[in-house]
Amino acid sequence: MNLHSRELTAQDKLDGAVATLLTPGGLDLAGLDTGLGHALGAGIDYADLYFQRSWNESWVLEDGEVKEGSYSIDGGVGVRAMAGDKTGFAYSNQITAEALADTGRTASGITRSGSRLTLAPGQLSQAADRYVGLDPLAGLSAADKIAMLKEADRIARAENPAVSQVSASLTGLYEVVLVRASDGTLAADVRPLVRFNVSVIATKNGRRERGSAGGGGRYAMARLREEQAPSRFAREAVRQALVNLEAVDAPAGQMPVVLAAGWPGILLHEAVGHGLEGDFNRKGSSAFAGLMGQRVAAKGVTVVDDATLADRRGSLSIDDEGTPGAYTPLIEDGILTGYMQDKLNARLMGMAPTGNARRESYAHMPMPRMTNTYMLAGQDDPADIIGSVKRGIYAVSFGGGQVDITSGKFVFSASEAYLIEDGKITAPVKGATLIGNGPEAMAQVSMIGHDMDLDTGIGVCGKEGQGVPVGVGQPTLKLDELTVGGTAS
Amino acid sequence: MTQAFDAAEQQALLETRVTAALDLARRLGADACEVGASVDQGIGVSVRLGEVESVELSRDQGIAVTVFVGSRKGSASSSDAGEASIRAAVEKAIGIARYTGEDPYAGLAPAELMATELPDLEVHHPWRLSTDEAIELALSCESAGRAVAGITNSDGASLSSGEGVRVYGNSHGFLGSQCGSRHSLSCMLIAEDASGMQRDYEYTSERDPARLVAAETIGRQAADKALRRLGAKRPSTGRFPVLFDPQLSAGLIGHLMSAIAGGALYRDASFLCGRLGETLFPSWFTLVERPLELAASASAPFDNDGVYTRDNVFIDQGRLASYMLSAYSARRLGMDTTGNAGGARNLRIEVPLTPQASLLEQLGTGVLVTELMGQGVNGVTGDYSRGAAGFWVENGVIQHPVEEFTIAGNLEQMFSGLVAVGDDVDTRGSVHSGSWLIDEMTIAGS
Repeated sequence: MNLHSRELTAQDKLDGAVATLLTPGGLDLAGLDTGLGHALGAGIDYADLYFQRSWNESWVLEDGEVKEGSYSIDGGVGVRAMAGDKTGFAYSNQITAEALADTGRTASGITRSGSRLTLAPGQLSQAADRYVGLDPLAGLSAADKIAMLKEADRIARAENPAVSQVSASLTGLYEVVLVRASDGTLAADVRPLVRFNVSVIATKNGRRERGSAGGGGRYAMARLREEQAPSRFAREAVRQALVNLEAVDAPAGQMPVVLAAGWPGILLHEAVGHGLEGDFNRKGSSAFAGLMGQRVAAKGVTVVDDATLADRRGSLSIDDEGTPGAYTPLIEDGILTGYMQDKLNARLMGMAPTGNARRESYAHMPMPRMTNTYMLAGQDDPADIIGSVKRGIYAVSFGGGQVDITSGKFVFSASEAYLIEDGKITAPVKGATLIGNGPEAMAQVSMIGHDMDLDTGIGVCGKEGQGVPVGVGQPTLKLDELTVGGTAS
Repeated sequence: MTQAFDAAEQQALLETRVTAALDLARRLGADACEVGASVDQGIGVSVRLGEVESVELSRDQGIAVTVFVGSRKGSASSSDAGEASIRAAVEKAIGIARYTGEDPYAGLAPAELMATELPDLEVHHPWRLSTDEAIELALSCESAGRAVAGITNSDGASLSSGEGVRVYGNSHGFLGSQCGSRHSLSCMLIAEDASGMQRDYEYTSERDPARLVAAETIGRQAADKALRRLGAKRPSTGRFPVLFDPQLSAGLIGHLMSAIAGGALYRDASFLCGRLGETLFPSWFTLVERPLELAASASAPFDNDGVYTRDNVFIDQGRLASYMLSAYSARRLGMDTTGNAGGARNLRIEVPLTPQASLLEQLGTGVLVTELMGQGVNGVTGDYSRGAAGFWVENGVIQHPVEEFTIAGNLEQMFSGLVAVGDDVDTRGSVHSGSWLIDEMTIAGS
């Protein structure tokens, strides 16, 4: 599939990664194999090297002025050595032969006996590109970037006199990675990631509310400008703040909940996604453990994790172990059919890796993580879904969520929601936390819209202290009963 | 798998580099500048089901440069504190300051507020721990927990030990350094019966390893906490008193501090904007900061602006006595810095403490909350709605575990509705508090 006109070949990406990551420290591909040899000590059955360098630029507007600009450079190498289910890990911010020898020997200290594995020759990965490997920070001047932020400020303030504060930010990350593993993996990737955000405070009659909006993906900052990110997100943030200024107390108790299409897919991320990550299932600590092939959701519910979507925030051409990003069905028509795996958990469970190994940086160990997780469209008209609810909640936007994968309990907090009364959307309600149990909530899905949508590109998922960018999506969805944590009786 | 860490040598090296970076920034055209640098090193081991799961050796360093050219500001940072990286960071920061807008409030803190005394606050206690010893401790922690009847699985036990050096300097000529250490042991266990699986954890974390709770105790406590959650029911919906355990109560103090932080106030983004001097808590409640307490979690003689830290009183007999300000946010608000750039250091409550049993009696019928989930705290409005788990209490007696419910209210009402604080003070973190009994919140369950 040729998605882009400026696509780099695998060899181009490798050459670029070698020049960026290895050459400055006097290393080359042969030196890489020597370095990996240090990690392949006695008894080690798998070892890998993960090289990374990233450039992060950020501009922040406040009080109508861009007062803050910052730039950071990070980089180094992480070395893993495994023996069965044991992992030794060390890293260095120096990419030199000496650092590879030091970290390699340290990591392989996880075991001291056993046979020595022979390093498989590197086979360059030919994984398809899911985004263009460009430097997203280039292409716009600093003045252009500042102008975008000022435009967002101007539009937000012009939108409504109640707007008292506007802040906006533009961030871009340019990242080059190279993976070499003892199983023959040799893969490079160039990962752009940009985001534009607007947050406003609206004040009226002594009441104060916030609204925020934003988005981005794996492309150049210039595309944010072409797609009018500043004006779109500024208007959306103001709209949300104004809605919240009119919000009444949310109800408390169990009731039907209709979730809008797009970002509310965070429900799937929390209620289902984490519970289907390989590590929790291998360890038997997930509420979904041992349920493969069984019904875990209502008929009609199909959930996938999809790293292959073009240019999305959660997409990956290769994962952080060099496995190609993939389209992985998790639940098909209500039946549990797949887990998300990295190499370690796949091997220990006798399954195949699914391209879900991710790490925050070279200084963190990879583990199974989501990419873009969404529910496929159904047949229902969104208007009919709303119309079917006598008294309930229509939730449009969320601030975030969390799950206890062992008990299956999950929460997510609405930042824009409405009452549904007699099939009609009525008053906006204050942000309330919704709580449920993953497997039970999935059985409560009774209507699925035909309007599948993805979020705008704002998600960050945290697991064991590591944050990675993710995407979510879903069609308009009705859950027959969920607990709504408001204050009104 | 041990690595040497010479804190004094690292400190001298970082001080040299910070000084060099400040000099370079001035030469390249900065009117004022500040540089922070740090290096941290540590070991982390995790074990699960009696076997080693991972051993991780970490060594992180970083340098962050902020320059002011006139009233314009630029910042850059690097994960490498080598000479070339420092030069690149300084140049980049100055490049950025050419484009940022004029900010009349920008600049360093006043020179006369720089800390002049930098006492040793006894926060650096290195632990010469071998990898094998670390593994042994984690294994004994987990096995003590797994030996408890009813524990069926484990998420493992982890031990981490690290030390580091932080240096901050600015063009007033201030240069401050602090070495510190942190050692932690935690365990998460899974209990299972016919009602399903439940997990819970326990941890100990100290600057001085000699003060860590015994590994076996941590394991057994994690087991007890997981077991007591089995068979949880859903509470019924209604309005009830809520008792927050000490760790969660410290979180409520955290929400208060976020709302009185200068950054939220000058952005108009706090429900406590313009409320200085007003009564927020009962008159018996006082909240202070003790940044110079010896060997405490967050002790430091200077803040992130280089300003000397001092004992602050944030809540004085119920009244909001002070905001929490950095030099910048103070200028924005027309006030003086409180030495809180980088946040509060060692918050302590000065209140009458009530024994746990008496707290439950005062609670009567309601919930004891031991876990909160999700991000449902709105600092702009004070609205509070979070997922919870804990215990149902009737007539002062714990009846059974409860889960899958929310508690909701508004922080302002919760603060004024504080009935009592328990004597079960948790001293592990930077905020020390006992349990908080709040008069009434909305519980949404079945």
